[in-house]
Amino acid sequence: MSPVETINRPAPAPKSSAPGRFGAYGGRYVPETLMAALLELDQCYAEAQADPAFHAELNALLQTYCGRPTPLYFAKRLSEQLGGAKIYLKREDLLHTGAHKINNALGQALLAKRMGKTRIIAETGAGQHGVATATVCALFGLECVVYMGEEDMRRQEPNVYRMRLLGAEVRGVSAGSATLKDAINEAMRDWVTNVRNTFYILGSALGSHPYPTIVRDFQRVISRESREQILAAEDKLPDTVVACVGGGSNAIGAFYEYLNDASVALVGVEAGGRGTALGEHAARFHGGIPGVLQGTYSYVLQDDAGQVSSTHSVSAGLDYASVGPEHAMLHDSGRATYTYAMDHEALEAVKVLSRTEGIIPALESAHAIAEAIKLAPKMGKDKILMVNVSGRGDKDIGILRNEMSLEGSEAKK
Amino acid sequence: MSIKFEKKPGLVIYLTAGDPDLATTRDMAIAAVDAGADVIELGVPFSDPLADGPVIQRASERAVAKGTRLEDVLKTCREIRNARANAGIILFSYLNPVVRYGMTAFAKAAKDAGADGVLLTDMIVEEAGEYLEAMRANDLAPVFLAAPTSPDERLKAIAENSRGFVYAISRVGITGTQTELAADAETLVKRLKQFAQIPVALGFGISTPEHVKTVAGFADAAVVGSALVALVEKTPAAEAPRAVGEFVRQLKEGGQPST
Ligand SMILES: Cc1ncc(COP(=O)(O)O)c(C=O)c1O
Repeated sequence: MSPVETINRPAPAPKSSAPGRFGAYGGRYVPETLMAALLELDQCYAEAQADPAFHAELNALLQTYCGRPTPLYFAKRLSEQLGGAKIYLKREDLLHTGAHKINNALGQALLAKRMGKTRIIAETGAGQHGVATATVCALFGLECVVYMGEEDMRRQEPNVYRMRLLGAEVRGVSAGSATLKDAINEAMRDWVTNVRNTFYILGSALGSHPYPTIVRDFQRVISRESREQILAAEDKLPDTVVACVGGGSNAIGAFYEYLNDASVALVGVEAGGRGTALGEHAARFHGGIPGVLQGTYSYVLQDDAGQVSSTHSVSAGLDYASVGPEHAMLHDSGRATYTYAMDHEALEAVKVLSRTEGIIPALESAHAIAEAIKLAPKMGKDKILMVNVSGRGDKDIGILRNEMSLEGSEAKK
Repeated sequence: MSIKFEKKPGLVIYLTAGDPDLATTRDMAIAAVDAGADVIELGVPFSDPLADGPVIQRASERAVAKGTRLEDVLKTCREIRNARANAGIILFSYLNPVVRYGMTAFAKAAKDAGADGVLLTDMIVEEAGEYLEAMRANDLAPVFLAAPTSPDERLKAIAENSRGFVYAISRVGITGTQTELAADAETLVKRLKQFAQIPVALGFGISTPEHVKTVAGFADAAVVGSALVALVEKTPAAEAPRAVGEFVRQLKEGGQPST
């Protein structure tokens, strides 16, 4: 994969005085019909932020319903096997519904209630955000429609059933490559049409302002906890924090409270897919160019005519052509670095974590584990490597069974 | 500037460039102008047309699959301009192909291609600083969209920043045909007219001469898109210009407002 071309980059950022910028990135590029709703959301969110009752309700549910705080677990056997840094796992996979997505879905559902919206829509890739949204809608008695690419419905079938069991309507999307980007297009079309009574619970730190900020704020709890937990356990900060990056919500949540800790290296891991050619991966920082997709200005995998490229990843949750605008800023400033793991490396990482620690990670999270497997041996034994395990792998059993033979592995130990 | 609506009903015609092919797009545009269309909106096909319904989505998909690029659309624009000096021509695009091309370079190229103005579906007034500058520098008309959900202060900004005409969206929703005109439509045009010194064109869902006639009663022009694109979809390329001309003639004639 060639490093991101800097020569060929168009003049960044259509100049703007509007809010919601992360450096040159972000903004609000939407059909006018949605502007009133985005402004209303902006205002409602500001009021909620200033309202102690909102935080009290959110925190109580995060604790008693979702299972926060999640543990920070010292992965002793994995650390020993890799022979370098001490590896700590932030266990978002232990949350109710099995991934970090519920932190955000719950927060946004509370905003929807505040705004008096009775109908919820969402998009989903891996199905984890869809399940989280269906769950909070069941909890609050809200109507729920989830858009999902038909390819993702096929490969994440258990989550389709879970959403329906929870009472949500799952609408398949066959356009394009029938994955996450296409589901977002369809969700936005629904929103434009039903904006008067509908709240769009967007699942990642993506889209038009104020979504990237709202989603990040609801995911910040990950690093708020992990920072306290590592200080309690080791009396020092981690040297490196690693997280996978789809739209970027678990990563921004895992990074955020360390942004001012210059000693902490932040590493985002994108989907390297099965090759370096456009269309074979979803590594936006390794072949993407700044552009506007689905409401925001950020890195986009696209051809030289500005048509958005198709993507590939074994992991539905990372299989997306753009990335949250705050990551684009962190990338350009160098505060975070972004690398990628290939499909086969992620698959191998699932097996490694399963067998050393008894933890089956989601294929998305396995991309972060794969990077940890590369990094840890290069770090001293006194170093601390923290990995965000964004979700658990139950949803992926079908893919794993097809992609990975376990034969002979018994003999390997 | 060739954007004017002299004879009622004012008529704006949308075509997805490159569907079925660029030469046919050019010929259809010319046929539409000859049949009485005041303005042609030449749509740049995009991979992710999230403000469009199924008809225009399919047209975009076909045109993108054929490899239609912004440069090609500019060339087609030039050909239409060469053939019809007085036609109004607007380039209609999602933002990304324009950003990829470069905003400043695009505005200059659009001017060179003989366009009168530009409409960007996902560009709102607050984000439009650089865009407006580029339009101004090249004497091009920026056309913004106004929605039934837009509060008055937004309508004011939209009207004040648009040139040529303002595009009022008839209903809350995406593009596509409908049998009845939304009740929202007339209210929005009236609200916009408080602020707009320039013509107001109403679009989304307008598909029959009867619709055009109703719209002519309260707006300066009607925009017809999906109905035409659907016609193109089911007509063989060789016959499409004639079919488009015929349909536009029906819209223009049947759309005369009753006085
Ligand atoms: C477990 C898990 N991790 C990560 C992601 C990627 O999303 P994000 O980058 O927003 O965290 C997903 C998305 O579906 C997911 O389900």
